[in-house]
Amino acid sequence: MSDSPIIVCRDVHKWYGHFHALRGINMEVQKGEVVVIFGPSGSGKSTFIRTINRLEEHQRGQIIVDGIELTRDIRNIEAIRREVGMVFQQFNLFPHLTVLQNITLAPIQVRKWPKEKAEALAMQLLDRVGIPEQAHKYPGQLSGGQQQRVAIARALAMQPKIMLFDEPTSALDPEMIKEVLDVMVELARSGMTMLVVTHEMGFARAVADRMYFFDKGQIVESGTPDEIFNNPKEDRTKLFLSQILSH
Amino acid sequence: MSLRPATAASKADVVLPPPTERYPLLGWVWKHLFTPWHNALLTVLALGLLYLLAVPFAQWALTQARWEVVVVNLRLLLIGQYPLEQVWRLWLSVHVLAFVAGLTIGSTVRAGLWRAVPILAAPWALALVADFDLATRAHLGALPVVGLVAFVLGRLGHVYVRRHVIGLWVIYFPLFILLVRGLTAEEGWLPVVPTNVWGGLVLTFVLTVAGIIFSFPIGVLLALGRRSNLPLVRWASVVYIELVRGVPLVTILFMAQIMLPLFLPSNVTIDRVLRAVVGIVLFTAAYQAENVRGGLQAISRGQYEAAYALGLNSLQTNLFIILPQALRNVIPVLVGQFIALYKDTSLVAIVGLLDLLGIAKSVLAQPAYIGTQREVYLFISAIYWLFSYVMSYLSQRLEKALGVGER
Repeated sequence: MSDSPIIVCRDVHKWYGHFHALRGINMEVQKGEVVVIFGPSGSGKSTFIRTINRLEEHQRGQIIVDGIELTRDIRNIEAIRREVGMVFQQFNLFPHLTVLQNITLAPIQVRKWPKEKAEALAMQLLDRVGIPEQAHKYPGQLSGGQQQRVAIARALAMQPKIMLFDEPTSALDPEMIKEVLDVMVELARSGMTMLVVTHEMGFARAVADRMYFFDKGQIVESGTPDEIFNNPKEDRTKLFLSQILSH
Repeated sequence: MSLRPATAASKADVVLPPPTERYPLLGWVWKHLFTPWHNALLTVLALGLLYLLAVPFAQWALTQARWEVVVVNLRLLLIGQYPLEQVWRLWLSVHVLAFVAGLTIGSTVRAGLWRAVPILAAPWALALVADFDLATRAHLGALPVVGLVAFVLGRLGHVYVRRHVIGLWVIYFPLFILLVRGLTAEEGWLPVVPTNVWGGLVLTFVLTVAGIIFSFPIGVLLALGRRSNLPLVRWASVVYIELVRGVPLVTILFMAQIMLPLFLPSNVTIDRVLRAVVGIVLFTAAYQAENVRGGLQAISRGQYEAAYALGLNSLQTNLFIILPQALRNVIPVLVGQFIALYKDTSLVAIVGLLDLLGIAKSVLAQPAYIGTQREVYLFISAIYWLFSYVMSYLSQRLEKALGVGER
């Protein structure tokens, strides 16, 4: 285990046309850390997390993931994507493939694993997320919570070093949020490096090592959950927390 | 939604269906054709119109029509001037087709097999009724047997057959072309039959299948090209698609038949049938490209993002994630275009190839059969309709087969 951080972001900027979406983000994430990013909508938190596996391109600054700098070079991008798993708000499962095929596709095609090995790992992962009996169904036959758990299993099947979660529970019905958060908590406790964009403050309090509050494309404040919840320094953080925690 | 709990319904509450639904047939007729009163009027008018059309047609078809023009020229219409002593090769290809179809049906279809009965009975009926020579009758009689044997084999080994039957379909068309065209010079076992004697339904079949097989992948590539990030690829695709879609197929066929030789050195000749195939393929590919692009546009960005995030490259993403979904969504349009292609092959008659329509025209030019246009055109219309319907039916089966797991 090296001491150098697994993700380094230095002065990351991004524009959409004239809109300055990210205004100089600096962040370092150590191996095994769980980072929660929160903030009002339009604050750039989703955009930022998507620059880490280059679903969004940054236009200035430096992003280094697992020792590889993200540049235009497609080989670097693909190398990083192999090591970084991502879970989306809308699940984005492949509707024409069964749950098992969703999970084994990337290991077979990208890692060139034999089918049997990929399927064995897939069944193990489905067991871990609690739905081994759904392996041969199609995503459309599952509930939202089950779909998101399949999506987590699919990302884990590539045995990534880092997992990115982009508002993983925002599209779920309330009664299904817990089953997804339980899986994420278990994953966090197992030592996975995680970046999570979420407003689930209970989750943050339970497992986050650091929290970052984003507003208007900048990091307004960061700290441990204890510092953020009990002793926020910035007025904007206080206001936002009071708004989302008031009920 | 009723708020009443379901347990409240007792036997006394059981409601009888309304009277019209207690007599299914009469009720249906009454409900759909005679109520309200203006529907009754329309029904009567429609029946009257049908009567006015159908009776004279039936009279003509049964008493006046000279169907012997079709009977006498049946061989011409189906296989053109293909040499008689080589006809066994065409029969062989039909038997192979029946065999592969039998294997396919036997290994995949479980329900509704009664629908195959008329297809099996048709060759026998034809052999009994029509005035064919002995060899033809033997082949016709053998066809259902071949199909049934293959069906039984397919059913017995369905696990194995289902996995490999696609391969048979893939090699069927090359095999067909090999049989029809031949391999060796004059005296050999499979002497070459030059394409200028190919004709009738065989030529239509060659043009259609070759057109479908080659235009489809080119169309997919053009559709992907039009959405590419590389400006050169994108613009080349756009220019090609818009150029070809702006020109009638007849023009392209004329260019291929008449203008192309002007640009080639005099010792280079390209086969006329091949030129027609190339024209049809280039034309259809431009349309299929736009159909496929319609399917691609319906795929959400999230599908690409999920695939990229897993480390798939863009080829793998398109191959495994995007195209399977996009193509399935546009099966009806794709097949519609292929049916149009099938019927458009009749345009080659204008540039002098003797496909089904071309042969029909040459049959009508014989002095003995002047004035029999109705009979001949009706017959070839029926053939066109039959195969169009088969394509349409197969596409519906395909949609159902691929629709598993859809939301």
